Amino acid sequence: MGDGARVGLEVDPIMCRGHGLCAELLPEQVVLDEWGYPQLASPEVPPSLRAQARAAVNACPTLALRLQRLDGGARPS
Amino acid sequence: MTAAARMPRPDAPTGSVRLLAGSVESGAPAKWADHLARYGPLPVGVDGPAELIDLVDRSGLRGRGGAGFPMSRKLRTVAAGRGRPVVVANGCDGDPATVKDAKLLEFAPHLVIDGVLLACHAVGADEATICVGEGDAHAWYVYAALQARRHEEITIRVAQVPHRYVASEESALVNFLNTGDARPTVTPPRPAERGVGGRPTLVDNVETLAHLALITRFGAEWFRAAGTAESPGTTLVTVGGAVRRPGVYEVELGTPVGAVLAEAGGESEPLQAVQMGGLGGSWMPIEQTHALPLAHEDCREAGTVMGSAALVALPERACGIAETARTLRYLAVESAGQCGPCMFGLPAIADDVDDLVRGGDASGDTLDRLRNRLGTIQGRGACAHPDGATRFAAAALRVFADDIADHAAGRPCPWSHAAPWLPVPAPTSQDARK
Repeated sequence: MGDGARVGLEVDPIMCRGHGLCAELLPEQVVLDEWGYPQLASPEVPPSLRAQARAAVNACPTLALRLQRLDGGARPS
Repeated sequence: MTAAARMPRPDAPTGSVRLLAGSVESGAPAKWADHLARYGPLPVGVDGPAELIDLVDRSGLRGRGGAGFPMSRKLRTVAAGRGRPVVVANGCDGDPATVKDAKLLEFAPHLVIDGVLLACHAVGADEATICVGEGDAHAWYVYAALQARRHEEITIRVAQVPHRYVASEESALVNFLNTGDARPTVTPPRPAERGVGGRPTLVDNVETLAHLALITRFGAEWFRAAGTAESPGTTLVTVGGAVRRPGVYEVELGTPVGAVLAEAGGESEPLQAVQMGGLGGSWMPIEQTHALPLAHEDCREAGTVMGSAALVALPERACGIAETARTLRYLAVESAGQCGPCMFGLPAIADDVDDLVRGGDASGDTLDRLRNRLGTIQGRGACAHPDGATRFAAAALRVFADDIADHAAGRPCPWSHAAPWLPVPAPTSQDARK
């Protein structure tokens, strides 16, 4: 994923078990609902938060959180 | 083709009864000979796949399973996919307010089979499955019809799908055919790209396929002579609730809802609202339904949903909130239990609406929390099940706002514990889950 590419987070709702690590590591982008499942604040991750977003993706115990390219071939969100 | 191919083509059905023309005229389910006599043989080999898809495009045929997606686009996607495509005909009547798939498969199974064969031809599939609900009585007619046509070149089998609410959702059907687990999966990939056996899979409602069988015979212009410009043709509607003759009717798309209710004998007592689009659909106050054209675009514009064309007439002597609460409880239990916001959110909103029925919300806190929850749950499931439930609840808050206020003020209506009008089944056993 080159620096120029726009990226966004995506939650696989079936894989997600609501561990909540993403909200710990990336509170600017992820809030938990009342049942502990993540809600994404914005479809796009700004460049300043990329490293944190990558850490959140890597920390997800169920591999439910993914970082996706937003332009060119990626699914619209 | 057999000698039947040389028979002269019978006249196209006129008026709004097309799919059910044969059975309405004879009053009986159409056997193979009846089918040939009424509609004539299938003109296979006249058009190549590309011409057939162009014909569907010109006809403007939209899916009859609820979403109203243009069929030609789906055909093109599947035909262009990698690998040999598969065709799946959905005849499960997934929503309990709808019984039109059953009616069609019982009375005109050969039109559906024609449509399946044509769809296979259009996308280049060599096998197809017709899905019905497990143990459905009308499955017998499908088996009998397939037996009568056992010499067709394409293998068509029948699959019996569990009677769970979400089991006939497109990705759940594909999952069931692949693994026996009838729960939705995350998309993409969509079944059209990678479905049964990893092959491009056309999943279409049985009614859509039956229309295809008529379009191929009588043409796109004929098809468009009924319906609206954006939603051409006729549609099967399931009319229930407080009407004199509940049942399945075939009407032109764009027919005002009031006229559809009249077709079903009209109201059997004064009405207050109509539930539209099935249990995961929406509510409309009765005065706004009279002139509302039953077509996807008109319903959307009016803030409601046509879905699979189910209408339930709710009489004045009924509690709309209690009906909503019962329905939401059913939808909550019918969640596949895979996605957190659906698994926990739907029971929570069902609890909230129960609270409103009991009138335990003098402060308005429950209503606030419920509104907040509806916004939170929307769009966060793998399938559209939570979206349908939240849309339905939100519509109830709008349409029955006065009743909710009355309940909250300690003046509950006398009908909260009356017998239900919406066809909410007893929730299915949890054991069916994997």
